[in-house]
Amino acid sequence: MSDVDRLFADLKAKQQKALMPFLTAGDPNISFTARAMSRLEEVGCHLFEVGFPYSDPIADGPIIQASYTRLLDRGLKQADIWQLLKNTQSMNSPRVGMCSYAIIHRRGLREFTDMANGHGVAGLIVPDLLVEESGPLRAECQARDISLIPLITPTTPPDRARRIADAATGFIYYVSITGITGERTQLPPELTENVSWLKEQTPLPICIGFGISQPEHVRLLAPVADGLIVGSAFVRRVAEAADIAKEETVLAELEKFAKGLLAELSSTSG
Amino acid sequence: MSDPNGTELSHVPDSAGRFGEFGGRYVPETLTRALDQLSAEYTKAKQDPSFQRELNGLFSDFVGRPSPLYFAKRLTEMCGGAQIWLKREDLNHTGAHKINNTLGQALLTRRMGKNRVIAETGAGQHGVATATACAHFGIPCSVYMGAEDVRRQSPNVYSMKLLGAEVISVETGSRTLRDAINEAMRDWMASVETTHYIIGSVVGPHPFPMIVRDFQSVIGIEARAQCLERWGQLPNTVIACVGGGSNAAGIFFPFVEDEEVELIGVEAGGRGVSIGDHAAPLSHGAHGILHGSYSYVMQDEDGQTSDVHSVSAGLDYPGVGPEHSYWKDSGRATYTDCLDDDAMAGFEALVKNEGILPALETSHAIAKTIEIAAQRSSDEIILVCLSGRGDKDAAEIRRLRGDES
Repeated sequence: MSDVDRLFADLKAKQQKALMPFLTAGDPNISFTARAMSRLEEVGCHLFEVGFPYSDPIADGPIIQASYTRLLDRGLKQADIWQLLKNTQSMNSPRVGMCSYAIIHRRGLREFTDMANGHGVAGLIVPDLLVEESGPLRAECQARDISLIPLITPTTPPDRARRIADAATGFIYYVSITGITGERTQLPPELTENVSWLKEQTPLPICIGFGISQPEHVRLLAPVADGLIVGSAFVRRVAEAADIAKEETVLAELEKFAKGLLAELSSTSG
Repeated sequence: MSDPNGTELSHVPDSAGRFGEFGGRYVPETLTRALDQLSAEYTKAKQDPSFQRELNGLFSDFVGRPSPLYFAKRLTEMCGGAQIWLKREDLNHTGAHKINNTLGQALLTRRMGKNRVIAETGAGQHGVATATACAHFGIPCSVYMGAEDVRRQSPNVYSMKLLGAEVISVETGSRTLRDAINEAMRDWMASVETTHYIIGSVVGPHPFPMIVRDFQSVIGIEARAQCLERWGQLPNTVIACVGGGSNAAGIFFPFVEDEEVELIGVEAGGRGVSIGDHAAPLSHGAHGILHGSYSYVMQDEDGQTSDVHSVSAGLDYPGVGPEHSYWKDSGRATYTDCLDDDAMAGFEALVKNEGILPALETSHAIAKTIEIAAQRSSDEIILVCLSGRGDKDAAEIRRLRGDES
């Protein structure tokens, strides 16, 4: 049982839904990311997705990609990300790593999961690792109580969705749209129906991500989801913090934005 | 001839898209259904005689195949060694081997009922070949091209536009082929249900490396038959340039079971062996994942793709097709690299001795051929894939040589 499992069991008992901000690790610097996570935890966010910058992201839209490029150009190394994870290890909220398989493979599956485990990482989301290729990493994650969280998308056929769900641990990341990450004004009309179907196929919690950026989205999705993942809407606000003088303003803005979503989440889930 | 697992070298990939340990599929879940659909449609098309008939008809009447096998007499005399024969893919419609693949994939696009095509391009040859196939079939087409390549291959940009394609200049990352592939993949993430991505080389997730190799194999199949017809024997050596590796895969694959035929791939050595100065992952890289498959790649210790350099836009790529990695590690083919300056010398030698203006990509293979031919006896035959013509490079070559306009 990982910290992700414990969190969702606890939330279920309290009939609560999770809000999971995505933050790019080290954006604009390690100490800011740590402060942002801590402040967002204080206002009630439940778990965090920590993005490992990658040079060639395919599933990410312009906002998150730009944050990756910015940081890699500035010389961010994997060691800095481990430092961030070490600095935030005392938080109560589980931290889940979002990392390309290119990075994990280069480090070595065993060494990478050892590092993750040693820094209290509760789960991994590997956006370019399909269920067919996931066996070796799943074994390493299982041995260390790290959840390996898969993505299911609107283009995933039903039998394949069941197969992915059967191999999943932690929760299932349901991708709201056919496309890349980024804020959307409208989400597809069939989304709630698709998630309701998926809920019948698996006992695992289902969190919805991609495109979610507004309280209206939360109102629509909270009844069917166990959690919501919000990325670009946070990362876009964080980009302003590149100017050190603005760090405090940005932190306040992040809190305010999260509070708005959380208020909607608790009133809807009720 | 078999690999260490007992698989015959020509019987790859397996159903998971593996060439030995290389290849596979490392992409977001969103793309899986389209890749499965492409695999299924390709399997059906291969067994459908009307598909092969239509493709062969296009090859002969639209492309001008078979491409000639040409004896480079004066170049051979200059080297004073092995005979140099050129497989003239530069004489194809649109000026390179790329059209072999785009016509095949355009036919697959139509069979799958998709109504839009996207592509990436480096030198612009694949972009022009895709735009041409799409104009031929009346399919709307968008081509992603790195901003640096838009600059250095401008004649091809204009040709694509004339052919009705939308050319999207990519400003992210190194603004070259690798970034163009990233952007095309991102477009495909959102458009996958109605759009086919015609990838231009033997790279990417399964089934692309297999499909592109198969369509390009017409080069080697023809060349092998032409050799047997002319001399009643196979060449001693086959040489081709390798960026992603599609012309090399196309000419090598039909010779893979002919153990006595030596296969040599020539990568872009750029300015030298330091990271960032070349684009030669088979010569200087390590095993890793890029653009959906496991292969040799230029990567740093954190798994971030390294910057690469080549004078030639078509070879300026940090990865390589997984089948080349398989041939390298099994010892079936050898890979070497050629510096920018040597490629320029190869270009000039072919122009002056034969009156053929090769592409800068192809010039890498020519330069290495000149070096190797000089060390071999005149009984030996070297077959070179003259993968493309150099008209597109004229302005860039003028700039590099410092010639006046």
